[in-house]
Amino acid sequence: MTAMPPKAILRLDGVSKSFGGVRALRDVSIGVAQDRIVGVIGPNGAGKTTLFNVITGAHRPDAGDVTFANRPITRWPAYRIVRAGVARTFQNIRLFGSMTVWEHLIVSQRHGGSPLRKMLPGRFADREAWGRAEDALTFFGLEKYRTALARTLPYGIQRKVEMARALTAGPKLLLLDEPVAGMNRDEADDLRALLLRLSARGLSILLIEHDMAFVMNLCHELYVLDFGALIAAGPPSEIRTNPAVLDAYLGSETAC
Amino acid sequence: MSTYYAGLLADIGILVLGALSVYIILVTNQLSLGNAGFMAIGSYVASFLTAEQHWAVTPALIVAALTACVIGVIVGFPALRLKGIYLAIATLGFGEMVRSFFLVFTPMGGSGGYRGMPHVSLGYIWIWAAGILLLVTLLERSRLWLEMRAVHDDERAAGLVGINTTLTKVGAFGFGAAVAAIAGGLFAHHYIYIEPGNFDFQRSIDFVLAVILGGSTVGAGALVGAALLVLLPEWLRFLADWRLAAFGVMLILVLLTRPQGILDRPLLALLRLRRNRAA
Repeated sequence: MTAMPPKAILRLDGVSKSFGGVRALRDVSIGVAQDRIVGVIGPNGAGKTTLFNVITGAHRPDAGDVTFANRPITRWPAYRIVRAGVARTFQNIRLFGSMTVWEHLIVSQRHGGSPLRKMLPGRFADREAWGRAEDALTFFGLEKYRTALARTLPYGIQRKVEMARALTAGPKLLLLDEPVAGMNRDEADDLRALLLRLSARGLSILLIEHDMAFVMNLCHELYVLDFGALIAAGPPSEIRTNPAVLDAYLGSETAC
Repeated sequence: MSTYYAGLLADIGILVLGALSVYIILVTNQLSLGNAGFMAIGSYVASFLTAEQHWAVTPALIVAALTACVIGVIVGFPALRLKGIYLAIATLGFGEMVRSFFLVFTPMGGSGGYRGMPHVSLGYIWIWAAGILLLVTLLERSRLWLEMRAVHDDERAAGLVGINTTLTKVGAFGFGAAVAAIAGGLFAHHYIYIEPGNFDFQRSIDFVLAVILGGSTVGAGALVGAALLVLLPEWLRFLADWRLAAFGVMLILVLLTRPQGILDRPLLALLRLRRNRAA
């Protein structure tokens, strides 16, 4: 379809995944270049979330390879992929029910020390972790929710907590599954500014999104999935006028 | 102290450890109904070491704990594939299997029971019980515990924030088994007689009950639960034959009003706050 970006931090080559008789992904090849914001769009059931699940090790692909930072991660368990530098959020927010906002920002951090140090109470185990959690609180403006149980907070705040949790893992690549779902225009604008700031700091971002305006204004590059297959790839300006895309997706949903 | 209360306190101390062994595994969202099995292993291994090999009690307990820990890890692996009620039933099967093994294992007395180990005092039991309760309470503030709770809350999300869920769950089984084994070793050396019947299903249920009653989200709940579970039936003695029924009613009432058990994190935080204000 299109040539792979030369300095891709993430590459998928010919990835396929079926569930029973349903072919969720068919021979999908995509790449995310360093520092770029890349979008994956497509109608419901196009295989977008499956794509994320394959990248993050939640599902194993039936065929194809996933390469991250020049390392083959296809068959790695989920936790190793995260530790290598891929963090994600979920379409339906998945926060830890018993934890405060602060605890979310600690538990996700990579722990460099020995298992014994992990057993030490709180800040003795990892002073830097406390500093990074503090930074994340400030960056997302979550200071006043520090000791609140994350699940009891308003939806928009929960999204922020989830993103902060993903970022405190110290990723090189951030995967966002429908980050603006349920947000109003102002919140979406805030998020857009935030993602641009993160991208400017050198973070690569791959996001799934239904909100066309959001994607078109933010992403450097787009991939379009339909029935598990890649039907188009390129910059937003090209995708907007691509007849195959209009036919499969945009045409049917421009109304919303 | 009267021997009557000394006996009750010894029972509470052993039950605290048994309850903690269930709690530790439960923190990773795994319910074990087979911890009497680990207790039996600890009990028999420690007794063998003191009675036959003439070891001192403390090293015997430590070796018993390590043995049970290894077996706990081995049990922990197949347990990974099971959840909720299915895991509970499988661990119940494990407990019964261990009991049946010692029933026919004649070198350690079989169904006739085993004796010959030295006696340990009430104080010794409580040094272990308090020590392990303190250890668990400290661990509750650690990064490790946070990871265990993450596995409890959402196992998949835990994996996707970088937690090795397999290691966490299997490790919890090993740790819980070791604590149950210490309870078993202390039991054997306090009563200086053991038989497989001491480690039946009812024992496993008592451990779980103490945790559910005292509070299933904090280690200190094991202490409250164990004390209530031992003392309530005694205090209700004036009801004569009705006391167990009354106990059942009280248990249901507690669970209806506080499904998380008597102690939980918000309550502990509240108590801490009060204390700080008073100071």
